[in-house]
Amino acid sequence: MIASAPPSPILAAPLLEMRGIVKSFPGVQALRGVSLSLHAGEVLALLGENGAGKSTLMKVLGGAFRADAGSIAIAGATQHFASPQDSRRAGVAVIYQEFNLVPGLTACENIFLGQEPTRAGFIAQSQERRQAAELFKRLGVEVDLDAPCHRLTTAQQQLVEIAKALAFQARIIVMDEPSAALTDHEVGRLFAIIEELKRQGIGIVYISHRLDEIFAIANRVTVLRDGQNVGERPMGQVTRQELIELMVGRELSDEFPKRSTSIGPVRLEVSGLRRGRAVRDVSFSVRRGEILALTGLVGAGRTETVRLIFGADPREAGHIRLDGRSLAIRSPRDAIAAGIGLLTEDRKLQGLMLGHSVRENFGLPNLDWLCRGGFVRLRRERDEFARYISSLRIKVFSGEQRAGTLSGGNQQKVVLAKWLARNCDVLIFDEPTRGIDVGAKYEIYLLINELAAQGKSIIMISSELPEVLGMADRILVLHEGRVTGEIADARAATQEQIMKLAIA
Amino acid sequence: MNRALSRLLTDYGMIFVLAILCAFFSVATYTEQSPTGEAAARQVASTLVAQFGPKFTVLIVAGDRSDETLFADKLQAILKASGTQAPTVVKGEPKDARAALKQLAVTGEPLTAIACTRTTAAWRVFDDLKAEFPTLGNPQLIQPRTEKWPNFLKSENLVNIANQIAVIAIIAIGMTMVIITGGIDLSVGSLIAFSAVLAARFIRDYAGAEQATVLGMTLACIAAIVICGLIGGFAGGMITVFGIPPFIVTLAMMLVCSGLAYMLAAGQSIYQLPDSFIWLGRGEGVFNVPNAVLMMLILYGVAHVVMSRMRLGRYLYAVGGNREAARLSGVPVRRVLMFAYIASALLAGLGGVIMASQLKSGSATYGNMYELYVIAAVVVGGTSLSGGEGKMFGTLIGAFTIAVIQNGMNLTNVESYTQKVVLGCVILGAVLLDKLRHGQWLRSGSHGVS
Repeated sequence: MIASAPPSPILAAPLLEMRGIVKSFPGVQALRGVSLSLHAGEVLALLGENGAGKSTLMKVLGGAFRADAGSIAIAGATQHFASPQDSRRAGVAVIYQEFNLVPGLTACENIFLGQEPTRAGFIAQSQERRQAAELFKRLGVEVDLDAPCHRLTTAQQQLVEIAKALAFQARIIVMDEPSAALTDHEVGRLFAIIEELKRQGIGIVYISHRLDEIFAIANRVTVLRDGQNVGERPMGQVTRQELIELMVGRELSDEFPKRSTSIGPVRLEVSGLRRGRAVRDVSFSVRRGEILALTGLVGAGRTETVRLIFGADPREAGHIRLDGRSLAIRSPRDAIAAGIGLLTEDRKLQGLMLGHSVRENFGLPNLDWLCRGGFVRLRRERDEFARYISSLRIKVFSGEQRAGTLSGGNQQKVVLAKWLARNCDVLIFDEPTRGIDVGAKYEIYLLINELAAQGKSIIMISSELPEVLGMADRILVLHEGRVTGEIADARAATQEQIMKLAIA
Repeated sequence: MNRALSRLLTDYGMIFVLAILCAFFSVATYTEQSPTGEAAARQVASTLVAQFGPKFTVLIVAGDRSDETLFADKLQAILKASGTQAPTVVKGEPKDARAALKQLAVTGEPLTAIACTRTTAAWRVFDDLKAEFPTLGNPQLIQPRTEKWPNFLKSENLVNIANQIAVIAIIAIGMTMVIITGGIDLSVGSLIAFSAVLAARFIRDYAGAEQATVLGMTLACIAAIVICGLIGGFAGGMITVFGIPPFIVTLAMMLVCSGLAYMLAAGQSIYQLPDSFIWLGRGEGVFNVPNAVLMMLILYGVAHVVMSRMRLGRYLYAVGGNREAARLSGVPVRRVLMFAYIASALLAGLGGVIMASQLKSGSATYGNMYELYVIAAVVVGGTSLSGGEGKMFGTLIGAFTIAVIQNGMNLTNVESYTQKVVLGCVILGAVLLDKLRHGQWLRSGSHGVS
């Protein structure tokens, strides 16, 4: 029942060997031949910027994605994972940031979900409980077996996930940002458990942005950048500085259009924004004609901050002033009326109605001026949209095409069109080029520059440091819901400088 | 090619089904027909003129059923107007006809023709006229010609179909809006009963019962409908403010309203209503179309314009298509949802008033299970239960599809149990169509970077 790998790992074939993994999505090549090896009883840290390909690589390992090319071998045996079940059967457990637990079921039921021990067709509950208790004992923790999972703390839920992995005798456990939602004390406990798992011969892939943790727990580190391996080092032979350079080392090229800036007076000013743990105290201002980049790691509170400005979530505290006037924004409707536009990060879930025509998507925020007496002036709407189709070079057959059938870049252009038509004073772009091919990216950069040149104030959230450096006039770095640094002259900044502030 | 096919099925699928059903029932009910009433009178009159020229004497013989007396009266009027000699008219039984013939025989004037209905033409009285009444000459029996025509396609039947489905179709307008926003309204069936009982009680208790004036009745009906609207507003509030699923809220309202209707009616039906109250449900407006059907058509026209041309309609679709995207585009999501539930309840109230008028009474048993027929009409009409998609006229087609199936099966003597089975299968088939085309865009929209 319990995995008992031989505890002399170095000489044997590595527990896990991934070679030349390639994976691409329409318009984006996420992995370009990544290799990775993991030994039994070892913690391998996987490090990289947002979008470097860590999550995609782990999804390939977990059987959630199929690689386009490359091989996976576990203890020397080649594997072909067609589904998460295959991967699980081979002894791989992936613990994602969002846990895979059924909230209404108890810890015990979750652990054995899909592999319940049965006797004559009935679930052998006493056996289940005994085994679960044994697993938690092995981890050296206590968790209420009968409490429904949604009542457990995040740390306890994580333990249930780990116990679940052990229950099906996983030999490889992947932890994706396991410490993100834990307190310091809980992180300490997690590390003790990881040590215990190591001792039992289990190989662990540990994904984290927190360098301190990596230095504390990992034996080795593999760094990815742009879907490629850029380095692999034993932890003892590497410094923080070196790791940061490995992560960000991309060259700035002329992939960003040049522009001349003339920055005017302050337009939007926010102070003391606060909401829960995500946004703890954020204040900043944007000027006319300025592009302000908000950057930081995933979970730093960037998206949450702009959602507060836009009224998408209620704020607990904070003031928003536009051109010196205080704004009482309680809903996106208020923000839009005040002249603020938000292009959301997730186009499919928040930006577009995929089943509706692109024309209707375009018209939605503009109906106030496209209507007369409650009636939509359809011809006006068509004509206006046609203008944007040609000026933004949106590739559609007609305005009646469903938004869901467009490529990522064209979808983003439709979202852009709908906000450009509103002629907002302040435009907020949340990851404007995510999932978009290089050509379309350039066009979007040009557009953002042009908007700034027209005197609009631009707030741009981006995880891609080159994009931040190439586009912004000023950079604000967030970390755990607070502004940890401001770089007034973005042109003179370096990626290392930003990464240091972001990791804090 | 595939897309073109699915597009065709999406927009016009049900109208094909409806047309095929109509064709099928037309063939199945194709029988020998003879015109009755006014149509018969007109036909016999033209036969008489064609056969005997401008001058002839005629005896009109009709039974005492209403369509036969109508035949006699109309024929008499037509012949008078055309300037022939005033005809003698008999309405009643064979012995009345014999008496009339005797009287005519006494005058000694020859009789050119006897105009009969299909029934009276078969009377034995006319078997041996020559022998019995030689002085009459040789009068010819003229009766309406028979022709082959489907029972289903008779204009009375078609009007009947429309009239029977009017209540469901009107309520289905509101239901379509609610379902397009991604919700559901189970309370409409109970609201029919509630509204019918309310309107009937208002008329009985406050507007003077059988002596109620038009104004009194109008106010009573409007009050009943407005109260239903308030209930819809309450349900909408529960849904938007507290975030309770629409299914639960409207299920609760369904029970509450049904119970209230029984309490208000004290378990009986309220029939102390003036005769003129049936104007709305059974009265005929222009072109012999019942008022309820006219109202239905007008409401569909308005609803179609709202949904396809107005900002409000766009908002309803947007909220159902992607609520979060709609909210972030500045759509007042709560107000839009409130509107949908209030509209649905108001229309259910109107449906209740129409039903009370059709049946000239108010009872708490009205509208039982109607919510399911209304939802079926909407779904058969191609509106997606997951929201964001659907067309008003699709719903009208859906309602008519259900009505045609029921009517056609009645005409072909299918028993009511079998009817339920067939209806169930049709609804399932329609939803299957919906699923197939829904899968279409899910597949094309689901690949991409995650």
